Amino acid sequence: MFNSRRSAEVLEQEFLPIRAKVLEVAAALDRLDRGAGSLASDARRAQIQAAIQILLRPDDDRAEQVQLIFSRQFRDDWREEFDI
Amino acid sequence: MYYIDPHIHMVSRTTDDYETLAKMGCVALSEPAFWAGYDRGSVDGFRDYFEQLIGFEPKRAGWYGIQHFCWLCINAKEAENVALAREVIAMIPQFLDRPGVLGIGEIGLNKNTKNEATVFLEHIDLAIRTDEQILIHTPHLEDKYQGTRMILDMLCDDGRVNRERVLVDHVEEHTVRHVLDEGFWAGMTLYPVSKCTPGRAADIVELYGPERLLVNSAGDWGPSKPTAVPDFILEMRRRGHSESLIRRVVYDNPVAFFSQSRNFVFNPPDVTEAAGV
Ligand SMILES: [Zn+2]
Repeated sequence: MFNSRRSAEVLEQEFLPIRAKVLEVAAALDRLDRGAGSLASDARRAQIQAAIQILLRPDDDRAEQVQLIFSRQFRDDWREEFDI
Repeated sequence: MYYIDPHIHMVSRTTDDYETLAKMGCVALSEPAFWAGYDRGSVDGFRDYFEQLIGFEPKRAGWYGIQHFCWLCINAKEAENVALAREVIAMIPQFLDRPGVLGIGEIGLNKNTKNEATVFLEHIDLAIRTDEQILIHTPHLEDKYQGTRMILDMLCDDGRVNRERVLVDHVEEHTVRHVLDEGFWAGMTLYPVSKCTPGRAADIVELYGPERLLVNSAGDWGPSKPTAVPDFILEMRRRGHSESLIRRVVYDNPVAFFSQSRNFVFNPPDVTEAAGV
C-alpha cells in the first residue's frame, strides 16, 4: 500500500549501495581472518556467520531476523524471576 | 517542509545546531530528560537539570523561532539507584504544571535489570496519578528486543494505562510490530551506527503505514546527527512518496500525539503548508 515502486526502480537506486556494503563486509571478514589468534570461542563471530546465512534466505523479513540474531532472548516468565 | 523533532537532547548540542535545525524547517522539538554523561550525585542535580530543560532551553530554541517542549524523569541508567530515583520521582510533580512540560520521560530500561523495572513501574504510577503522557526509551543493541518486550508486559499489565498517550521510542524492525499491535505510538530514532537509518525508517513506514509512527534524531552526546529527520524526508522523496505522507510522519503525527498534553501550547508556523492546502 505504501510501496508502489517497481523492483527494477529499487534496484537502480540500491545496486551501488548494496555492492559497496557487501564489499565492506567482505573486506572486514578478511581483516578478521588476517588477525592473529582464533575467534572460534567468540560468540560474536558466530552471530555474524548466522546473520550472513539469513541474507541468503528468500524470506521477506530478513532485517527483522538479523536483528533477532543480535538480540538477547526474551523469556515470558521474567516477572517471576524478578519477583515483580 | 516544516517538521517537528519529537526526541532530541538539545542540552548536549550547541546553539549553532538550533540555528541549523531552524534553517532545515524544524519548528518545534521535544526533549526528554536523560543521562547527563555522568551519574548525578543527588536529587538537587536533577532539580537543576529540570530547570535547565524548562527555563533555558526554550529560550535558546526561541532565538531561532523553534518551540521547545520537554519531558521529566530519572533515566533508566541512573534508575539503578532506586533510593535516588524515588527522591526524583517525589520531586517531579513540582514541575508538571510548568510551561512546555509534556509528561514523564524518557523512562524505560537500559540493561533490563530488576531495579530498572521497579523504577519504571513507579514512573508509570506517577504518570497515571498525575494524568501525564509517557515517553519511553527502549534499550540499545542486544538488550533492545528483551527490554522492549518487558516494557510492553509492564504497560499492558496495568489496565489504567491509556495506550494512545504512550510513545515507545527507538523501535526497529524486530520491535515495531509489537509496539504498534498493542496500540502504542512508536518512535524511530535515526542514528549513525545503532538504531535506525533513514532508509530503514522509510522501509518501516512502507511496511506499516504512517499510523502512530514518528521519526526523531535523538541528537545527544554520542555520535548522532541532529538533522537526521530532514535526511528521512529526503529519502522518502527519493522514493517518490507524497508530501502529505511525509508530512503526516514528521509533522502531523507529533502534533497529534503532543496535543494530548495540557502543556502543549503550539503556534503552528504556517497554517497553509501545515494543513496541506
Ligand atoms: Zn533519548
